[in-house]
Amino acid sequence: MSGTLAIAYLLAGVLFIRSLGGLSKQETARVGSLYGIIGMALAIAVTALRWTDGDLNIFVTRGFGTVLLVGAVGIGCVVGAVLAKRVEMTGMPELVAILHSFVGLAAVLVGVSSYLAPHGAETTMVSLSVTKSDSASVLVHLVEIWVGVAVGAVTFTGSIIAWAKLKGSLSGKPLLLPGRHIINLAIAAAIAGLAVPFVQTQSPNEGVLLLGMMAGLAGLLGIHLVLAIGGADMPVVVSLLNSYSGWAAAAAGFMLANDLLIMTGALVGASGAILSIIMCRAMNRSILNVVFGGFGTAEGKVAAGPQAAGEVIKIEAADLVAQLQEARNVIVVPGYGMAVARAQGAVYEFSKALKARGVNVRFAIHPVAGRLPGHMNVLLAEAGVPYDIVLEMEHINHDFAKTDVVLVIGANDIVNPGALDDASSPIYGMPVLEVWHARTVVVLKRGMAAGYAGVENPLFIRPNTRMFFGDAKSSMDALVAGLK
Amino acid sequence: MRKLVASGFKVLIERGAGAGAGYADADYEAAGAALTDNAFDAAIVVKIRPPEPAEVEKLRVGGVLISLLQPERHPELPQLLAAKKVSAVALERIPRITRAQKMDVLSSMANLSGYRAVIEAAASFGGFLGPQVTAAGTSPPAKVLIIGAGVAGLAALGTARALGAEVRAFDTRAAAREQVESLGGRFLEVTVKESGEGQGGYGKVMSPEFIAAEMALFEAQAREVDVIITTALVPGTKAPVLVPQKVVEALKPGSIVVDLAAEQGGNCELTKPDEVVEHNGVKILGHTDLLSRMAPSASRLFSNNVVHLLEEMGGGKAFTVNLQSDVVRPALLTHDGDVLPPPPKVEPTAVPAAPRPAAPKPVPPEVKAAKAKIRDPVRRPWGTTVGSLLLVGGLFLLGRFAPGDFLQHFTVFILACFVGWQVVWAVTPALHTPLMAVTNAISGIIIIGGMLQIGSSIDVATLLGGAAVLIAAINVAGGFLVTRRMLKMFHREGGS
Repeated sequence: MSGTLAIAYLLAGVLFIRSLGGLSKQETARVGSLYGIIGMALAIAVTALRWTDGDLNIFVTRGFGTVLLVGAVGIGCVVGAVLAKRVEMTGMPELVAILHSFVGLAAVLVGVSSYLAPHGAETTMVSLSVTKSDSASVLVHLVEIWVGVAVGAVTFTGSIIAWAKLKGSLSGKPLLLPGRHIINLAIAAAIAGLAVPFVQTQSPNEGVLLLGMMAGLAGLLGIHLVLAIGGADMPVVVSLLNSYSGWAAAAAGFMLANDLLIMTGALVGASGAILSIIMCRAMNRSILNVVFGGFGTAEGKVAAGPQAAGEVIKIEAADLVAQLQEARNVIVVPGYGMAVARAQGAVYEFSKALKARGVNVRFAIHPVAGRLPGHMNVLLAEAGVPYDIVLEMEHINHDFAKTDVVLVIGANDIVNPGALDDASSPIYGMPVLEVWHARTVVVLKRGMAAGYAGVENPLFIRPNTRMFFGDAKSSMDALVAGLK
Repeated sequence: MRKLVASGFKVLIERGAGAGAGYADADYEAAGAALTDNAFDAAIVVKIRPPEPAEVEKLRVGGVLISLLQPERHPELPQLLAAKKVSAVALERIPRITRAQKMDVLSSMANLSGYRAVIEAAASFGGFLGPQVTAAGTSPPAKVLIIGAGVAGLAALGTARALGAEVRAFDTRAAAREQVESLGGRFLEVTVKESGEGQGGYGKVMSPEFIAAEMALFEAQAREVDVIITTALVPGTKAPVLVPQKVVEALKPGSIVVDLAAEQGGNCELTKPDEVVEHNGVKILGHTDLLSRMAPSASRLFSNNVVHLLEEMGGGKAFTVNLQSDVVRPALLTHDGDVLPPPPKVEPTAVPAAPRPAAPKPVPPEVKAAKAKIRDPVRRPWGTTVGSLLLVGGLFLLGRFAPGDFLQHFTVFILACFVGWQVVWAVTPALHTPLMAVTNAISGIIIIGGMLQIGSSIDVATLLGGAAVLIAAINVAGGFLVTRRMLKMFHREGGS
């Protein structure tokens, strides 16, 4: 039985890797996700079989367990399916964040449960009842539980806060307590310190108490860490929590001595880490700066350079339509404002109308546009925009000079020329979409507010920039009507 | 018009006002205006030409008049307006500051007349403006000399270039060089160094030596060029004579001179306003009605300027004559019964050959140093090397003390990290959101951890395991389903 199990787990692991690998291209992505589903089904089925020990009567003998297992899986699947079905593409960041928190919570539950009753320990040695002779193993196991629960708890609460921030129930402003680094350090030290009595105690009750205390502290740490991170950094935070959720799963794998869990956790952890790195590079910040940052605050405003003289020039829909009719090359730069206004459908109609006139329309995506890596791509895909006219920053940046009209929809910091030429700007050095090289830049915006980084944008007062104020959706609708 | 109505003004229009520009009275009514026979009775009167004394009489006492006023040529006008307690805004006096550019009537009109000057010249000129290559032979492009590269001059330059002519331009202001060259013209210079930078973007009157050199240049040029367009105006005085008879005589027969300053006496000695003078076969066009020849465009630009001005003055809801405004005050000729003296001039002049304002500001050295430090290729390998050495040392330590079983799992863990690292870097950024959803789903693999914790009896461990299974199942189902949903949306152009 154990051999079959090992091979099945191995297969499941390979299928997971292939499912991630499939995402390298749009063409292979769907097959990839199918691999993932097969892998998961295989893993669950084999584990269920292992749970019965090959004896199907066990379903009867372990009546309560069976009911619990089937019920839990069933309810979970239904809830998950409903969530997946209901979610708006604009709400993807929230869904991803809440799913992270579930992984974190599951890791905590499994950790505590495994401490109480090591049913799952498939190998012989890992249990408190093991004789003292194998104390090293016991020690390792206890530390594994400790780490697993800690990572799980941080992921859980951190993701909940991230979710609330993304949803808007919590303000996007970073909460900066005085001496917040000291607080973080103190909590971390307390978590590490509590491990000592935990591994020494012989009483399970005391152990659970310590475990609970530690989980509470770790949860506090997660809350505090994410609260201190500003709205602009949410994509990084979500990626980072993605990574944490992977490590939490891996830690659970260690405590249960389950290679599949370890491997999958490591895959997910690496994936989240890479996404975080990509996001940080796109903002020219170090990961530590983001995690302990508190970016996007009043501090940033003070640092902003002298107010450049210049004037905001407004444009009306009719004039813009006339300009677009003359244009040959148009690039649309969507930002989070598009998602907020749910304008992606109108944007697609707009691109179709231009295409019908023979205009070359493309979309330029900045890596940190939106609240999630690749968020804009998903939104545009949802609206129906074909993915081959949606380009990444490095592929389109040199094309702006040959472009007649650039339409910036609800984006701000990612098109800020100050990032390149104003050393006093807080976002100095961040790679941006160099839209200002185009003949005309039209910025769709609700008002003159600064972006999430709280930085003034000199783009708005450039002589070739026109401001088109109003709600992104109704503005786009007006343009579509004008072009038809 | 529409914009004014939108801005909250009630708009009256004189019957038949738009006829010359091709707008019917009915159009105005459709745009929300009311027709009137007595336009001068309104609270705010917008007019183009300076009002006649009889028209001033008809103005409402204490009203606002917005118009070109030209008190230099109508010296009696301010007194008359003051007597009626009219707040008179002279459009030509609106300062040439950045904020007021959109209200600058003179620039709008100069733009039009520059364009039209080339068109008129082309109409009178007997040859091609652009180069021609035909089966019957080739003809070179016409050569056009533009004197005065202000708004009108630059508009003429652009238009002549667009028609294919070879264009050279002269201006006393050094700042004009860049503008001329940016439009594809050649900038002419005299050997005498003197800046003609005057106030408000106009040229000033130059010294005699300079003028002598200038004349020599023009005479030399006249031998080559086919068309001369003069646009030189110095505000408030008679236009300078730049093309004397001698220069005209140097031109080839059939050449054209267009004098945009004809109304103010003319840049050309022989110009007669509103007449076409022919001298030695050279036609000198002294039209003063170029704007009327483009009435629809002129009307649109003028009204846009006025709309911007009215918005600057508060729009329909909060219209006031603000004496503090740096736009309105300089243009205000009379207010509340007084003739206002021109305010102290604080107008900026264009910086000659501006040192490219778009150039990146120098990076403060300390920032540069810090940046360089991070990117320093030497520093990074050092950090990495020390880090990996420590890591390897730590691993050996771990290997020394940890139980074998743990090490086996640890091997799997590290290898999986590397596999994940390689695989995920290959993921296209467009699919990062589906990637997150998929990793969400597969990290739901923790479900098997929960399953293994479910025992047969009802104890805390079993319940906790059950809860974990429930939550993880949400992840598995939700993650995969939402991934599929997203991936289905990605499609290529022209079908899936």
